[in-house]
Amino acid sequence: MPGPRSSEAADHLASRGRWRAFEFAFWLIALATIFAAPRWHFILAEIAILGLFALSLDLILGYAGIVSLGHAAFFGFGAYLAGLLAKHGIIAEPLLALLVSGLLAALLGFVTSFLVLRGSDLTRLMVTLGVALVLREVANKLDWLTGGTDGLQGVVMAPVLGVFEFDIAGHVAYAYCLAVLFVLFLLARRVTASPFGLSLRSLKDNPLRAAAIGIPVHARLIAIYTLAAGYAGIAGALLTQTTQFASLAVLDFDRSADVLLIVILGGVGYLYGGLIGAVLFKLGQDWLAGITPQYWQFWLGLVLVVIVLIGHDRLRRWAAAVRTDQRRPGRQRAIHARRTGEAPPVTP
Amino acid sequence: MLTILFDGIAYGMLLFVLASGLSVTLGLMNLVNLAHGVFAMAGGYVTVVLVNRLGVPFFAALPLAFVVSAVIGGVLERALYVHVYAKSHLEQVLFTIGLVFMAVAAVDYAIGSQQEFIQLPAFLQGQFDLFGIGIGRYRLLIVVICSLLTIGLQFAFVGTRFGSRLRAAVDDQRVARGLGINVNGIFAITFAVGSGLAGLGGALGAEILGLEPTFPLKYMIYFLIVVTVGGTSGITGPFVASLILGIGDVAGKYYVPKLGAFVIYTIMIAILIWRPHGLFARAAAR
Repeated sequence: MPGPRSSEAADHLASRGRWRAFEFAFWLIALATIFAAPRWHFILAEIAILGLFALSLDLILGYAGIVSLGHAAFFGFGAYLAGLLAKHGIIAEPLLALLVSGLLAALLGFVTSFLVLRGSDLTRLMVTLGVALVLREVANKLDWLTGGTDGLQGVVMAPVLGVFEFDIAGHVAYAYCLAVLFVLFLLARRVTASPFGLSLRSLKDNPLRAAAIGIPVHARLIAIYTLAAGYAGIAGALLTQTTQFASLAVLDFDRSADVLLIVILGGVGYLYGGLIGAVLFKLGQDWLAGITPQYWQFWLGLVLVVIVLIGHDRLRRWAAAVRTDQRRPGRQRAIHARRTGEAPPVTP
Repeated sequence: MLTILFDGIAYGMLLFVLASGLSVTLGLMNLVNLAHGVFAMAGGYVTVVLVNRLGVPFFAALPLAFVVSAVIGGVLERALYVHVYAKSHLEQVLFTIGLVFMAVAAVDYAIGSQQEFIQLPAFLQGQFDLFGIGIGRYRLLIVVICSLLTIGLQFAFVGTRFGSRLRAAVDDQRVARGLGINVNGIFAITFAVGSGLAGLGGALGAEILGLEPTFPLKYMIYFLIVVTVGGTSGITGPFVASLILGIGDVAGKYYVPKLGAFVIYTIMIAILIWRPHGLFARAAAR
């Protein structure tokens, strides 16, 4: 239906999709760390993987409003797949194995997505948690395949693209993770800035109304859940490929809870939220673990409790206040709209 | 065979006592409380400290476990939980997971990460034969105590004035408030009693479930299964769900140890898909 309204919508989408100075800075800094901070590459690689994992959770939590307590299911699935592919030499080339792991994790996501369509938040929580627990139990019991509680050992990775061999200092691993993260981020950015992404936000805010204006709610949820599962699978696969090891810990409940915290720390419904959250989380964890190696989880829990008690909205307002101070006033509205995830007023 | 059934019943009843508080808090305030196991753990550790370190008799320690957990629950409810009722489920989940993490680390710090065992009095140990069924003395005690508690709860729920107010509040909070029922007060009491029951369950179950700092995480899923499968509209639903879960889990682990907990999780997912509001939810639930 051509007309002024549709072009307005297109303009709005285009303005949402435009690259901002902050984003260039973010990725330039990330690129710079490859050369500038070689000693940090181990932890940076972990951050990149966590960031990708958080990004995938944000796709379903921030954009589609599905609260999942079992997102580690896909992460772990991808991790074990990548390990098995490499160990048995089925697909030796890491990048290709990564892709296959991601696709199979997406397939798992597609199959299980039908389970999360039904019921309330609580039912979803239980079902996602249940799926993760079932997978963990399967990985535990199939010890001839996965090594059970000992973990999957003897994973030897071939060079990436047949050229870049993983080195012991983790330089190649970090560059590899960052490159994968960047490509997948671009894809996620494209997806969320598309009409598809906008329709997801609308059904998050009010599924009934979204259905009433003709958005196929179930199909959209299945699509984004599948995509997010694929992302999580790739994140897991990256972890196995860079550490050459996979254990039951990749499927732990703690991992699902941690990634929730990361997304909350960084900001829900905002693609950089997962990445920033991952940086904060990992550095914070590293710092706390340095002080109290055994009990850092206490402080993690305290952060969660405090965040909830202070409340998102208040934190968001503070963050917005800090941001708008630094920016030109003309951009304030766009920033506000982006931060709050509000759709612009539709002109009648 | 019958021994397994008996063990399953004991296990199931224990789960019911542990989870009954959760089902009421969920039904009444629509609060997703993943930290319920913390109160059970508190009760367990109180008993361990009292019995093993201070030499208090086991039967004197049980009521104390109840009281301490109830006080902890009541204080936390008034101090922290009241702020999250109005928040989204996501925030309630985060908040209660945070509490669990803190509790796990705190117990680890205070007592240590090793598994604790309660020194039972000699007359509670061992088994005896009843018509060819081997019955553990301690499990028999659990069944007796939990049965009495269940009957008491059912009476309190159905037969007392408090119970009818509570049911009214669960059914329709707004109308209950409109009728002058102090829903918040009822909720605070229920939360405290539920926490106390969890604590008592934790004290009784330390022997069977195993007591260690990760207890709340390990059994969180079991409590949630009881509540989600049993529904939140009464005591009967969670009770039947607990018995099914207990018997199913014990039998599953005995007959098909290869599958382990797999069976339980799969059944749970299947039931939730089939009846998203629980097996015993009334059709007219909100």
